Amino acid sequence: MDFLRPADWEEALAAKAEHPSAVPIAGGTDVMVEINFDHRRPEHLLDLSRIGELHEWDADGPDVRLGAAVPYARIIDHLHTELPGLALAAHTVGSPQIRNRGSVGGNLGAASPAGDSHPALLAAGAEVEAQSVRGTRLIPVEEFYTGVKRNALAPDELIRAVHIRKATGPQQFSKVGTRNAMVIAVCAFGIALHPESRTVRTGIGSAAPTPVRAGVAEEFLAAALAEAGCWDSGAPVPPSVAREFAELASGACNPIDDVRGSAAYRRRAVAVMARRTLGWVWEEYRGTQGRGTLCA
Amino acid sequence: MRVTFTVNGRPQEADDVWEGESLLYVLRERLGLPGSKNACEQGECGSCTVRLDGVPVCACLVAAGQAEGREVGTVEGLADHAARRAGGTSADRARQWRPDPADTVELAPVQRAFIDAGAVQCGFCTPGLLVAADELLEHNPDPSDADIREALSGNLCRCTGYEKILDAVRLAAARAAEGD
Ligand SMILES: Cc1cc2nc3c(=O)[nH]c(=O)nc-3n(C[C@H](O)[C@H](O)[C@H](O)COP(=O)(O)OP(=O)(O)OC[C@H]3O[C@@H](n4cnc5c(N)ncnc54)[C@H](O)[C@@H]3O)c2cc1C
Ligand code: FES
Ligand code: FES
Repeated sequence: MDFLRPADWEEALAAKAEHPSAVPIAGGTDVMVEINFDHRRPEHLLDLSRIGELHEWDADGPDVRLGAAVPYARIIDHLHTELPGLALAAHTVGSPQIRNRGSVGGNLGAASPAGDSHPALLAAGAEVEAQSVRGTRLIPVEEFYTGVKRNALAPDELIRAVHIRKATGPQQFSKVGTRNAMVIAVCAFGIALHPESRTVRTGIGSAAPTPVRAGVAEEFLAAALAEAGCWDSGAPVPPSVAREFAELASGACNPIDDVRGSAAYRRRAVAVMARRTLGWVWEEYRGTQGRGTLCA
Repeated sequence: MRVTFTVNGRPQEADDVWEGESLLYVLRERLGLPGSKNACEQGECGSCTVRLDGVPVCACLVAAGQAEGREVGTVEGLADHAARRAGGTSADRARQWRPDPADTVELAPVQRAFIDAGAVQCGFCTPGLLVAADELLEHNPDPSDADIREALSGNLCRCTGYEKILDAVRLAAARAAEGD
């Protein structure tokens, strides 16, 4: 095995071009487990931990450009206003020790359907900035997940950053597991209100081969809220609308039975999380609107 | 490969390190610092908790090469670290050091508190908990119970049931407050 230690980003891209099978290592919280348990013996480890710009972010403008290796702990401390959904999701990852090392770039690289960043990224709206010596491309996060633990990166590409829309409305994240720490999601749900476009976006984790949006549910909800004038009035979401939204979100799942939970349980749990998180974000939205009258 | 870094303030060099080796393995097997424990090798138990440039991490998940040039703090250096933080210099401490047949070796306040509160049974989880608890108290001298639970949520103990561990952290915080 070789340990490649690029001093800067250009060197890292050159190393990845020269050794396309090299395994990047950022926080190491996925990679080292695989090596410790002999599940992986890469010829080259490509250490990204020394590359300063991967640990920085830029929050000027409508997006946050989040360096691939920024640890969860820093997102929670410094970006909870701009990226509330991601910060909530980050807070549920592993333990303090894991959050001090693990990163969104690593979560995307691993592309586990259970990764907690994904629902938050899908709900907020995000693009993955992939770079190689050949150039840069921005991959919409919806298109980034291509299968169980597979992603859209080419062999010579690395993730430089993730561009995430700054929140313009309330966001929530909910995760089902057996305790509050150190839990891989049985399933998870992210939701973001986008009042300026009067849309709602969602992300579902661990209930399909890849993280997915509940597209039909999003469209139904946007139409129902518009029709009832709820965005202007700030009135509560009619219970029938919330119920239908929950059912449609559950319908977006394509889960499996595994040790963490059955497919049927996951469908049911996603419906419950969809209804609850919608209630939470809408309450918060109404709070910012001044409580309105009933829906017209 | 060779890895050069600082452990508890001292420059250290490890040779013939395998590229896939963890920092934990280097500390325990190559540098003779077995304080950090190895239980799960997958980040679940926290018994290998050390500080990497001041930040608590699982040493089993840090590749040895990633520690190159960095500062690592382990439980072996906890008493010195606490003394330095309290204002004493380690050079002074070194000069005052005497062999101690009565087994009253100087401990960090958090170590003393773990003993006094009965928070140590088999002791396997203790080094990781001490490093995590010491870091908590460094940043948050008056933690709430929720803060303590959160800070220690990555450390498993199979013996104590955690209540005495929580007591120990509260005791260390209370003693530090009295001392102020
Ligand atoms: C005890 C424990 C608990 C955990 N709990 C959770 C949890 O609750 N939720 C959760 O989502 N995850 C959890 N994880 C998994 C892991 O912490 C996350 O997936 C984390 O986001 C990985 O980030 P990292 O920087 O450590 O990645 P690494 O381990 O360094 O890398 C992960 C993958 O991404 C690739 N990669 C890393 N950076 C890049 C880059 N810049 N470009 C291209 N590829 C890259 C690597 O090659 C590798 O395939 C847990 C892990 C452990 C050990
Ligand atoms: S040995 Fe590192 S966390 Fe268990
Ligand atoms: S005292 Fe035995 S594991 Fe904690």
